[in-house]
Amino acid sequence: MIEFLQYLGKSTRISFTKLGRGTYFLLQAISGISGVLPRPRLLINQMYSVGVLSFLIIVISGLFVGMVLGLQGYYILSDFGAEETLGVMVAASLVRELGPVVSALLFAGRAGSALTAEIGLMKATEQLAGMEMMAVDPIRRVISPRFLAGLLSMPLLAALFSAVGILGGQLVGTGLLGVDEGAYWSQMQAKLDFQDDIVNGIIKSIVFGFVTSWIALFEGYDAMPTSEGVSRATTRTVVNSAFSILGLDFILTALMFGDN
Amino acid sequence: MDHSVNPQNSLVSVRNLSFSRGNKKIFDNISLDFERSKITAIMGPSGTGKTTLLKLIGGQLIPGQGSITVDGRNVHALRRAELYNLRKRMGMLFQSGALLTDMSVFDNVAFPLREHTSLTESMIRTLVLMKLQAVGLRGARNLMPNELSGGMARRVALARAIALDPMMIMYDEPFTGQDPISLGALVHLIKSLNNTLGLTSIIVSHDVHETSAIADYIYLISEGQCICHGTPGQIQHSSSEWVQQFMTGAADGPVHFHYPAKDYVDDLLSFGKRY
Amino acid sequence: MQHTSTQDTLVGLFVAFGIVGLFFLALQVSNLSSFVEQDSYTITANFENSGGLKVKSPVSAAGVKIGQVSAIKFDPETYQSVVQMSIDSRYNTLPDDTTASIFTAGLLGEQYVNLEPGGSDEYLKNNGKIEITQSAIILEKALGQFLFKSAEEKAEGKSE
Repeated sequence: MIEFLQYLGKSTRISFTKLGRGTYFLLQAISGISGVLPRPRLLINQMYSVGVLSFLIIVISGLFVGMVLGLQGYYILSDFGAEETLGVMVAASLVRELGPVVSALLFAGRAGSALTAEIGLMKATEQLAGMEMMAVDPIRRVISPRFLAGLLSMPLLAALFSAVGILGGQLVGTGLLGVDEGAYWSQMQAKLDFQDDIVNGIIKSIVFGFVTSWIALFEGYDAMPTSEGVSRATTRTVVNSAFSILGLDFILTALMFGDN
Repeated sequence: MDHSVNPQNSLVSVRNLSFSRGNKKIFDNISLDFERSKITAIMGPSGTGKTTLLKLIGGQLIPGQGSITVDGRNVHALRRAELYNLRKRMGMLFQSGALLTDMSVFDNVAFPLREHTSLTESMIRTLVLMKLQAVGLRGARNLMPNELSGGMARRVALARAIALDPMMIMYDEPFTGQDPISLGALVHLIKSLNNTLGLTSIIVSHDVHETSAIADYIYLISEGQCICHGTPGQIQHSSSEWVQQFMTGAADGPVHFHYPAKDYVDDLLSFGKRY
Repeated sequence: MQHTSTQDTLVGLFVAFGIVGLFFLALQVSNLSSFVEQDSYTITANFENSGGLKVKSPVSAAGVKIGQVSAIKFDPETYQSVVQMSIDSRYNTLPDDTTASIFTAGLLGEQYVNLEPGGSDEYLKNNGKIEITQSAIILEKALGQFLFKSAEEKAEGKSE
C-alpha cells in the first residue's frame, strides 16, 4: 500500500515536471516564431513536410467519410421523409465535428509522429547539441518553424477535409440516391451559420493544430536519445495527441454549441 | 600539482571543478589548463566523463562547483547572448559528426556561415570549398550525409567546425571506430589544422597510440581525479602502475580484469543455494 | 536545405487548395453569402404565442426567404411575444397591412415566419410593426382539441 502511494506520488511528480518542461519549451518555441518570419524559406520547407505530405491522406479520408455520411444519413432521414436535409446533416457533422477532429487525428498520425521521430533522431545523433555548439539555438532554428507550419497547416487541412467530405456526400446523395441537388445545397446554406458553425470549426482545428504540434515536437525534443526512446516517444505522440484532441473537442463543443 | 603548463598562456582553464550526475561524482575538484595553439589531450577509461568535460567547457552543462574560463571569460557567468558569441569561436567535433541529415555536405559546411554571417552566396561558396579542400572532400560536396562513411562524415564535420575560423576545436573521441586509413587521415588532419590555423585543440580520447602521437600535453583522468599529466614522453615513463597499464593496455593490473566477486571455487560449488 | 522549386510549387498549391476549401465552406456551405454586405431593415410583430420560433429562423414571403428573425422578447404588459425580424432591404415594398403567421415546414420541420402581403399602398418602414398576426399552431394543443372533439362525437353517436 505504502509502495503504491509512493509510486503514485512519484509518477505524479514526474508528470508535473514534464508538464513544466513542456510549457517552458512551448514558450520558447512561440518566442522563436519571430525569428522564422524574416526567413520564409524555413517555413516553406516545413509546410511541405507537414502540410503537403498530409494532403493526400486528408483528402481521400475526407471524401470517404463524406460518402459514408451521405449513405448512412440518407437511410435514417428517408425514414422520416426528410431526405432534403441530407446536406445539412452531412455538412453540420463535418464542419462542426468530423472535419476538425478526424483531420487532427490523421494529422497526429501522419505529421505528428514524423515530427517526433525527426526531432528525436536529431537529438539522438547529436544534431541538436551540434547546433547549440555552433551557437545556433535549435529551438528557434528547428522547432519554431515546424510549430508554425503545424499551426498554419491544420486549419487548411481541416477545411479541405470538410469541403471534400461535403462534395463526397453530395456525390452519393444526389448522384446515387436521388436527393434533389438544389435542396442539398439550399437546406445546407439555410441551416449552417457562418459564425456558429464554420468559424467555430476553424477555431477547433487551430486549437488542435496547436496542441498536436506542441505534443509532437516536445515528445521528440524530450525523447531519450536512443532508438528505443525515439520509438516510444513516437507512440506517445499519437496516443497523447488523440487523447488531447478528443478531450479538448468535448470542452470546445460544450463552450461553443452549449447555449443553443 | 606541478604545472609544467604555463597558466598565463592557457586559453581554457578549469579550476577546482566538481560535477556530479545524480549521486555519482564525475569530477571531484579537478584543475586543468589548455595552452594556446597546442594540442592537449584528455585521456582516461570509458565512462570517466571526458565528453562531459567538453560539454562543460562549451557551456552546455553547468558545473556543481569551480569555474571554467575560456579566453579570459568565465563560461558559466556569461549571459546567453555572450555565451552564443563565445561559442561561435569554439568549434566542436562530435563523435558521430552530428551532420544535419537533411542537408548536403555543402549546405552542412555552409550552415554556420549562413546562420551567423550575411555573406553573399558566392562568398559562402568560396569559403565552403576552401574548407572542404582542407579536409580533402571538395569533390564530395553534393553527397548527403547518409552517403558518407564514418571517417568522411567526421572530416565534413571538421570542415564545418572550422567554417567560422574558431580559436579552438574540441574533438570528442575522433579516432573511435575508424579503419586504419581514415584514422591516419584524421590524425594527420588534426595535426596539420592545428599548425596551419594556429588553433588550440582539445582532444578527448582513449586511443593511446594515436593521441600520444599528436598531443603536446596529456591529462590522464580516472574516477573524477587527474591521475597524471605531462608530455607524452613523460607519461610513457611514468612510474605509476595504473598509468603503465592504461598506456600499454594490459588486461590485468591495478585495474582488475575481474569485476569484484567472491571466491571462484566457492561460487561454482554453491549451486542450489540462494545467493 | 533541399529547396527545389517543385517543393515550393506544391506548398503553394497546398495553401491555395486550403484557402479555396475555406472559401467553399464560408460561401457555399454556410449562410454567409445570404446576409453579408446586404442592408436590411427591422420590423416587429406581436404574436399570442411564438411557439418554437428561434433567433435566425427564416422569414419568407410566398415561399422565398427574405430575411430572418433577429430577436424574440416577451412583453410583460401585453403578455405577448415580440418577434423582431430583419428583412433584406431589396424587399422594401411590403405593404403595412401585411399579415405575419408562424408556420411549420413539414410536419416536424422547423418553424418560420410567413409574411402575406396585403393591399395597402403604404409600405412598412424600418422599425415598422405588423399589426395582423397569426400565432404558431401548437401541435399538442391541436391534437388535444382533435382528440377531445372526436371523443365528443363518439359519445354523441352512442347516445343516439
